[in-house]
Amino acid sequence: MKTNNVILRAVVKLVVFIILTLAVYLFLSGHHSPGGGFIGGLVVAAALVLLFVSFDIETVRGAIPFDFKKVAALGAFISVTTGFGSLLFGEPFLSQTFAYFDLPFFGETELTTVTIFEAGVALVVVGVVVTIILSIVEDV
Amino acid sequence: MIETMLQVSFTLFGVAIVIALYRIIFGPSLPDRVIALDMIGVNLITAIAIVSVILDTKAFFDVILILAVLAFISTIAFSKFIEKGGVIIERKRDD
Repeated sequence: MKTNNVILRAVVKLVVFIILTLAVYLFLSGHHSPGGGFIGGLVVAAALVLLFVSFDIETVRGAIPFDFKKVAALGAFISVTTGFGSLLFGEPFLSQTFAYFDLPFFGETELTTVTIFEAGVALVVVGVVVTIILSIVEDV
Repeated sequence: MIETMLQVSFTLFGVAIVIALYRIIFGPSLPDRVIALDMIGVNLITAIAIVSVILDTKAFFDVILILAVLAFISTIAFSKFIEKGGVIIERKRDD
């Protein structure tokens, strides 16, 4: 039986960008309110899973040509490297710091080194979750 | 007055979730169970909204957004499970 997925695919093409925007918001709100790299990465992985469900693996792999195992490895490398960065200033491993800067568009903004660490965590979460789901799927 | 209304509506949403749980456990067919799961998701979202009104906080709004996203994805996955019979993520689609 031939199924008709026009409505699903038209809706998903729009909704994926809403979910990715939510992921960016969660990632950036992680210092002082609920959110952070882990949950932001999980929401990005949810958007990718939505794409995989409504399209198929080969189409999404053609559009997003990342090896997700390498994405996870890159994220772990970034996180550990920011941990070693604090050793250069005589601080203990994984120490974090923050400062206030006057950016041209955003006004006075708090910039922290936690954000780099959280970016690594987000990459690890996206890579690991998508790798697990694709491995389970391709086993069938 | 408004406190009582909020607490009564919160209780009623809990009752609705219990009723939907009955439909999940004893539901005669698979679409019944899927729609009951979706109904539990929507009721949870509204219950969390009521909780955030009662506690007078904005901290739970992210929870509402993420629950809505996950309920949407799970509904689509279950629908595809019913339609295709087990294959949720295809390697190469045929239509």
